[in-house]
Amino acid sequence: MAQHRTALGRARGLGSAKTGVGHFIGQRVSAVALLFLGLWGAWSAVTVASGGFDGAKAWLGSPVNAALLVLVALTGFYHVRLGTGVVIEDYIHKPTTKAALLILNTFVCLGAAAVTAICILKVAFGAGAA
Amino acid sequence: MVESLPTARARPLSPHVQVWRWHVTLVASILHRATGLGLYLGLLLVAGWALALASGAEAYSDYTGVLGSIPGKIVLAGITVCLFFHMANGVRHLVWDFGKGFKPATANVTAWGAFAFAIVAAAALWIVLALKGAL
Repeated sequence: MAQHRTALGRARGLGSAKTGVGHFIGQRVSAVALLFLGLWGAWSAVTVASGGFDGAKAWLGSPVNAALLVLVALTGFYHVRLGTGVVIEDYIHKPTTKAALLILNTFVCLGAAAVTAICILKVAFGAGAA
Repeated sequence: MVESLPTARARPLSPHVQVWRWHVTLVASILHRATGLGLYLGLLLVAGWALALASGAEAYSDYTGVLGSIPGKIVLAGITVCLFFHMANGVRHLVWDFGKGFKPATANVTAWGAFAFAIVAAAALWIVLALKGAL
């Protein structure tokens, strides 16, 4: 069987799937954004940690803080999904386990990003429970 | 895809951890992945924080109580180091993407620089937290 296959036929499916560039660029563009968002987030954590519940609510009442924290969640979970996906692809070789973990990774990141964004907006719009 | 082609020869594998001498650039590379996974947990803790805040004062006080406990603080301190190391080492990666900084001497110095930045920046953040009475 093998000797009837051309060199091209054997090589197909083993190389680039022609989708790697988007991943490469997405990882790096989100990295540049997170460089600034991460510094802002670390600095903000100090403010929020010393303010208690009322302080945290007041802090999120600022539209700039709310918008930047939504961006932290969306950009962060996007970046972490890409990075963790690569780790799974590198170290998990069993196809079914690999696929299951990649899907789980996507679900966790999308779900957590959605929950975080909604919670931030709820508090920011003043609808948070007392 | 290799698994689905029983007739294909075994593909060559790239050299793995056990054939390399331990070196600062190797440690930085491995820690970039490890700290990235640590930041996954960090983001999930941010998600939990937002959820607790949106759920009311009692939930918020419970949540910050757990984060403020000794084990909670140890985890948060670890995540702070992860953040600043991944950030500094991420800048190394972005510089490499422009084809610069690959000379062994340069790569060694920048790897040590990333470790130093991680420790100093994390320590500075926690000192400020302590000074503000947030601990």
